Amino acid sequence: MLSFLNNVDWNQMLTAIQDTLFMTFFSLLVSVCIGLVLGIILYVTQEGGLYQNRLIYRLLDLIVNVLRAIPFIILLILLLPFTKLLVGSILGAKAALPALIFSSAPFYARMCMIALTEIDKGTIEACKAMGASNKDLIFKVLLPEAKPALVSAITVMGISLIGYTAMAGAIGAGGLGYIAYTYGFARNVPEVMYTATVIIVVIVFLIQGIGDYITRKIDKR
Amino acid sequence: MIQIEGVTKTFSSKSEKIHAVKECSLTINDGEIFGIIGYSGAGKSTLVRMLNALEKPTSGHVIIDGVNISALEGNELRKKRMKIGMIFQHFNLLWSRTVEKNIELPLEIAGVPKEKRKAKVHDLIRLVGLEGREKAYPSELSGGQKQRVGIARALANDPKILLCDEATSALDPTTTDAILDLLVEINRKLNITIVLITHQMEVVQKICHRIAVMSDGEIVEVGTVQDIFEQPTHPVTKKFVLSSNEDEEKMLKDLFSLCPQGMILRLTFSAAISKEPIISNLMKKSPLDISIIHANLSHASGGSFGFLTANVTGGEADDYPELIRQFEKQGVKVEVLRNA
Repeated sequence: MLSFLNNVDWNQMLTAIQDTLFMTFFSLLVSVCIGLVLGIILYVTQEGGLYQNRLIYRLLDLIVNVLRAIPFIILLILLLPFTKLLVGSILGAKAALPALIFSSAPFYARMCMIALTEIDKGTIEACKAMGASNKDLIFKVLLPEAKPALVSAITVMGISLIGYTAMAGAIGAGGLGYIAYTYGFARNVPEVMYTATVIIVVIVFLIQGIGDYITRKIDKR
Repeated sequence: MIQIEGVTKTFSSKSEKIHAVKECSLTINDGEIFGIIGYSGAGKSTLVRMLNALEKPTSGHVIIDGVNISALEGNELRKKRMKIGMIFQHFNLLWSRTVEKNIELPLEIAGVPKEKRKAKVHDLIRLVGLEGREKAYPSELSGGQKQRVGIARALANDPKILLCDEATSALDPTTTDAILDLLVEINRKLNITIVLITHQMEVVQKICHRIAVMSDGEIVEVGTVQDIFEQPTHPVTKKFVLSSNEDEEKMLKDLFSLCPQGMILRLTFSAAISKEPIISNLMKKSPLDISIIHANLSHASGGSFGFLTANVTGGEADDYPELIRQFEKQGVKVEVLRNA
């Protein structure tokens, strides 16, 4: 019954899984770090923020919006010269990282800003009234209070990143998306496509499950 | 001592200017429980926020123990704020921190070393009666318990002043009483000045030494709870005093139809005389029949005083003014609600 799986090259599939996981988690890590910093800066520089600064806010807001507006497949191509310069190649999993990060970091920055904005203003006022400095507010109040929202944003982003890695794969980054496209579609071996799809779905479910579990654990509301 | 001197706060938006507080002046003494009462939108929240400079006055200034807090900035302001605790209607606790961690936060902010923090938190938990709930998260607490955490947190850095922003408005009557008792206890034990704002007459009546009535951004009346209750002059104050005695008008209507005959008097007894047997003495002397048809005794922090509604019948026409004179001679305030 499972004889059709004989058409699947399992070594190749294993390498593809590794590539996909590498691209997803590496870009996730970097995007969260950059996005968190950008999100905090956006939050504090906005009008009425802790360090209100119109110029910085406007500039960052524009960059974030522009990067989020460019469709990922186009961003991939636009960044090719930059990728070549940075990574030395435009092929392979590593070459997909700049585009993945350029599209995910602004996304996380926006999610982070939303999470911080949703913190009760009364709580912030109470901490100001007890003599908290802006640094205290950011590190002792805002970030801990926003933690569940920040974690679920990571989950959402991790899942969309898997989708992006598949797209990047199609233009030569490798991974599950790549073999699903080249072998499954271009060479007409549907078994490979189905297997790759099932594996992607399993990875997505795992990320969602782990993310939800952590969010539940830290959400004390 | 808190001196509020000619303070005005104006919020301007594109289309209009809102005068939240207008030319308010007030002195609050050390160790006093001072109430600011007013309907929502009266400006009391804005006024109390100027006491710890969460809002800066547009003009005028707030002086606390000789320091103009409205002019402080940065570190100096933060140091000063540590000595002014504040509690809120919606408690404003950090839900990501346990009870003990919430209480510890102001100590962390003040840079108190860990050992001292633990000891202080322990004391505060005992003071507010939350033993055994140290590890609970705010979401696991009742409203009254949350406010106890709020109070412990506000007291962490040994403040001289405690500001209460509608601290009991979200609580049920029993819990309100318990929290008010706690505030009185704190005021006595720690000799902290308490400034509380509320729209609940029962609250100021129960614990305040002096009160200010605010309406439309202005302070319209200031005095002891006794004075304000017995002789309200401003319409807003009158409304508060009446509302605290329930639906006055409806009640009077009922009483009038209940007693179609004779005169109806409202007698107000103040604290000093309310222990004397005035009514029974006068009843014995007067040829009139006096029946008490409604009574209300209020307990305020300075003592008790009451309102009494009496139906007077029988006797001669001259006896009525004589009775009123007799009451007034005894220090009872008489109001004729209906003539005979």
